[in-house]
Amino acid sequence: MWSIIKARWRQGYRTAPYPARPPALPDRFRGRPELTAGAPAAAFVPAAAACPTGAFTASAGAPPALDLGLCLFCGACAAACPAAVNFTSEHRLAARHPENLRLTPGCKPPRAAPAENSLRRLFGRSLRLRQVCAGGCGACEADSNVLGVPTFDMGRFGIQFVASPRHADGLLVTGPVPENMRLALRKTYDAVPEPKVVIAVGACAIGGGPYRDHPEVHNGAAAVIPVDLFIPGCPPHPYTILDGLLRFLGRIP
Amino acid sequence: MTEFARLPNGGVLPLAQLPRLGADRFRAAVLEAVSKSGARLSALFACPDAAQAHLLIAVLALDDQGMLAVTSCAVEHEYAALTPDCPQAQGFEREIAELWGIRPLGHPWLKPLRFQPPRGVPAAAARPAIGLAPFFTITGEEIHEVAVGPVHAGVIEPGHFRFQCHGETVYHLENSLGYQHRGVERALVGGPDARTIHYMETLAGDTTIGHATSYSRICEALGRNRVPARGQALRGVAQELERLANHIGDLGALAGDVGFLPTMSYCGRIRGDVLNLTAILCGNRFGRGLVRPGGCGCDIKAADVERLLDRLEQVRRDTASAVQLLFESPTARARFDDTGTLSAETCRELGLVGVAARACGLARDVRRDFPYGIFQFAQLPVCTWESGDVFARAYVRWMEIQQSLIFVREQLAALPEGDVRRAPAAGTLAPERLAAALTEGWRGEICHVAITDASGRFACYKLVDPSFHNWFGLAFAMRGQQISDFPICNKSFNLSYCGHDL
Ligand code: SF4
Repeated sequence: MWSIIKARWRQGYRTAPYPARPPALPDRFRGRPELTAGAPAAAFVPAAAACPTGAFTASAGAPPALDLGLCLFCGACAAACPAAVNFTSEHRLAARHPENLRLTPGCKPPRAAPAENSLRRLFGRSLRLRQVCAGGCGACEADSNVLGVPTFDMGRFGIQFVASPRHADGLLVTGPVPENMRLALRKTYDAVPEPKVVIAVGACAIGGGPYRDHPEVHNGAAAVIPVDLFIPGCPPHPYTILDGLLRFLGRIP
Repeated sequence: MTEFARLPNGGVLPLAQLPRLGADRFRAAVLEAVSKSGARLSALFACPDAAQAHLLIAVLALDDQGMLAVTSCAVEHEYAALTPDCPQAQGFEREIAELWGIRPLGHPWLKPLRFQPPRGVPAAAARPAIGLAPFFTITGEEIHEVAVGPVHAGVIEPGHFRFQCHGETVYHLENSLGYQHRGVERALVGGPDARTIHYMETLAGDTTIGHATSYSRICEALGRNRVPARGQALRGVAQELERLANHIGDLGALAGDVGFLPTMSYCGRIRGDVLNLTAILCGNRFGRGLVRPGGCGCDIKAADVERLLDRLEQVRRDTASAVQLLFESPTARARFDDTGTLSAETCRELGLVGVAARACGLARDVRRDFPYGIFQFAQLPVCTWESGDVFARAYVRWMEIQQSLIFVREQLAALPEGDVRRAPAAGTLAPERLAAALTEGWRGEICHVAITDASGRFACYKLVDPSFHNWFGLAFAMRGQQISDFPICNKSFNLSYCGHDL
């Protein structure tokens, strides 16, 4: 008993002062990439050639674009064309619609808009999510799960993972959705009572990630169920996920 | 052993020197090596062969000699299964049957392993429906069956478990996996290409460093590329940080499963602290981008060495206090002791690796038995415990945490100068070779085997995650246990579904 109290005292208070203060991110953190405005179209071509997933598209004719939803944040494009692409430390990446994940030179996509008022009234102060891993590698799952530990403590915003879809207000889906998980994902979705929300976390759940266009997968959750919020990354930083959830609930402006 | 070609860990063999035995001799040679010389089956797989239909290739690990032994035989439609005499082959042979339609005759339980489409057939056609295959059942009065999954009650990967119970007691557990199958090995054929390293980093995301290291060593072996000393040291640091993060997380999860919340909450947080140390190195908490063929993708700054050392000391103190609490708690100990016990004998027969094997008293550790990279110069003691139960698997983790902390501290304090990477020239893998690399990931032995074609591209790439061996161990550990102890037994193994399903 005393040793438990002593250890509790030793471990101290560890919850980060977020969102009151900006999160501490590593120096080398690769957040939202930026395509240099005014760079000649040809400058982007090697970046597109280096991209493993097809997130980066550029050709002599078409204007360059980077789809954050497909991006692994691997930095290969920036290494190929340092003058045309660079990575900022911006961690706020979530979007309500796939078109808001498209970056072009000089553009800054809007931050995710909050859910409709009717949903916010229901879930704004209490959101229970069932996590479904559908082909995820464990990294997106870990960075979602970690939101429950004292550092992030998403419970203080009323957000919690629950075991049963029947107790949930929505799903948080990770992974490219293999054919072998399609039915299970669909059934889990059907088991969640209405109204419900779906959040796709990570490059795989948004567009298949490194497994994009494999015949074994469905290129993400949206092929099977409707998605309300997209959170890019491979995996997204826990703060990117938390930011997305809080924006969706209208808890941060 | 003329039946085998021998190669060191990370060695290369010209395909012309790969022994091609007759099926009978192949079977007898592999069985004899396993039963008489204590060899382990690190990999057994089929690969399309130009001359014959398929080549069956066995890669054996000779722990006491620190060498790999490779042999092969040509098979057409069937061959006599190894499994009846060598249980460690069971998963491999199910895979061979499922992928290539080759029947291992006499296999006692030949059902699909991953419910994946057979190779060489359009993916949509002839695909088996996931999970639909007969389960092993027990009949009798009051025998009942419990089915769990694929979607489980927690933030974990999907898989199906089928228990045969009498009352509370589990008589048999069958794992039915494959829900995570994404076609990784199929997609590796024809590589390497821009995606290859990303498959390696995500095929089991919590083992990013382990698999990326194995793959890089395959490329270095085939490309005759040497990693600079600083790169080797940094890879070692990254690998032990990966072990630390996962072991600490596992101890927290075990505490959570027996309702001991203080350690659960502290270890959950400390795990994140360790992931953040990896992020200092490369910007990503899981080490994405850190290991690349030829060395490391990024160097460490002098100021960051200091920061890492400081934070590591904090991790050490926090972990010691959290873990001590767990092991001193009589209620936690009561749940861990004598639960999910495996004997060393069973462990040896099933070919278990890593923490699960060391917790049965088997001193198996690739870092010592087949030293590679930095582990050729800096040894870590092998940590074992005899009891084979949940406690042993927890305690081995705790011992390894302490060893890894010392190792990382020592390496960071004495990092060699120089470059971290000697980038390989593009398209320089030696043609018509077989390369094999073993790495000690945090779960245990990771085995990669690559075979290159005439133009130096992968004709075949075999991935064996430690989970592939160890899932069967979990099934055995559950025999005679109360079904309510399944969560802690499962957690004490903490196996990867995606690493198994690929
Ligand atoms: S960072 Fe994103 S866009 Fe750039 S190469 Fe990697 S996956 Fe492609």
